[in-house]
Amino acid sequence: MLIEQLVTSFIASAAFGLIFNVPKKLLAHCGLVGMSGWFIYILFVQYDMDSIFATFVAAFFVAVVSQVLARMYKTPMTIFSVSGIIPLVPGGLAYEAMRHVVVNDYNMAIQLAAKAFMISGAIAMGLIFSEVINQMMKTWASR
Amino acid sequence: MGEIHKVADVCLLAGKIMLQSGAETYRVEDTMMRIAAAFGMPHSHSYVTPTGIIFAIDGSGPAKLIRIVERSTDLQKVTIVNSISRQISSGELSLAEAHERLKQLEGKNLAYPFWMQVAASAIASGCFVIMFQGKWSDFLPAFVSGGIGFYGLDYVHRLVKLKFFAEFFASFLAGIVAMLLVAIGVGNDIDKIIIGSVMPLVPGMLITNAVRDLMAGHLVAGLSKGAEAFLTAFAIGTGMAVIFAMY
Repeated sequence: MLIEQLVTSFIASAAFGLIFNVPKKLLAHCGLVGMSGWFIYILFVQYDMDSIFATFVAAFFVAVVSQVLARMYKTPMTIFSVSGIIPLVPGGLAYEAMRHVVVNDYNMAIQLAAKAFMISGAIAMGLIFSEVINQMMKTWASR
Repeated sequence: MGEIHKVADVCLLAGKIMLQSGAETYRVEDTMMRIAAAFGMPHSHSYVTPTGIIFAIDGSGPAKLIRIVERSTDLQKVTIVNSISRQISSGELSLAEAHERLKQLEGKNLAYPFWMQVAASAIASGCFVIMFQGKWSDFLPAFVSGGIGFYGLDYVHRLVKLKFFAEFFASFLAGIVAMLLVAIGVGNDIDKIIIGSVMPLVPGMLITNAVRDLMAGHLVAGLSKGAEAFLTAFAIGTGMAVIFAMY
């Protein structure tokens, strides 16, 4: 089961890299970043962690790895982070929320939408935290 | 005087290519100012929003403005401009050479062939079904509807220059195809199939850029990109909602 998840997340992230026109020699790296982020996410969810926290940690990890890779290959960091972030986007929740909106079940819809919103926020916070660490490292290094 | 204008031209060209290819706003500003500094103009000002660039070099007369109408995602171009700017900073490229290379890059189409992009989104859709705990029997229908949805996105976007409508239509199309496939017995879990097949439409680039721009203090760019991401998500959701209403 885990292997299945890892392989599909690798392929999906690399495919996203292709859609965003990432240079050919870096496509596999995109896949690896996406795979590691997804691995952390499913690991946390499997051990009954909250999916918001799981998303936060995974997004943070994706951003940190992207930064390291960006420095190694002297490219913009976005190349790696974009395709790594996409699996974490709460597509399923947004979908469920929309489904409930359509049948006028607003109570459920708002609950789901709020959760989807919090997960998006968790992705943003993950990116922000890695940036904070990046800037701290820079300040320390320049001292 | 002529020299300053040439430097400004190179900076603007680099900025334009980057912004059109989907680079973050702060990166565009930063690159332009670095290039100007490398050519001996340390006092330059650039103000970039997702729809335009204003650039001025102290002592060169009026500021220059470029309007950006069409934006796409082409990270390869961003990478190349980034490396050109690095080479300029380290003194490897002269002004004329840099201008030449950027001009060449601007006209080039570096995108992967279209069929490859469609195939990639089809494969990604299939993989997402598995990632969201779906069954392998739903891989194929998601593969088909995801590919058709992405194709529809491009097709409509070429017909109508209205991005949100193209996204709405793409998610609608993916949903219809998924529904038909389930109706004729290919695939079981319509929810998983639809979620998987609209994932390639998710505005991932906009979300990351919006967050990074907001963090860098580019509030205008960050908020407008956030709004664009929200509208895109809304367009996709509406497309799905139409399907449910019919279902």
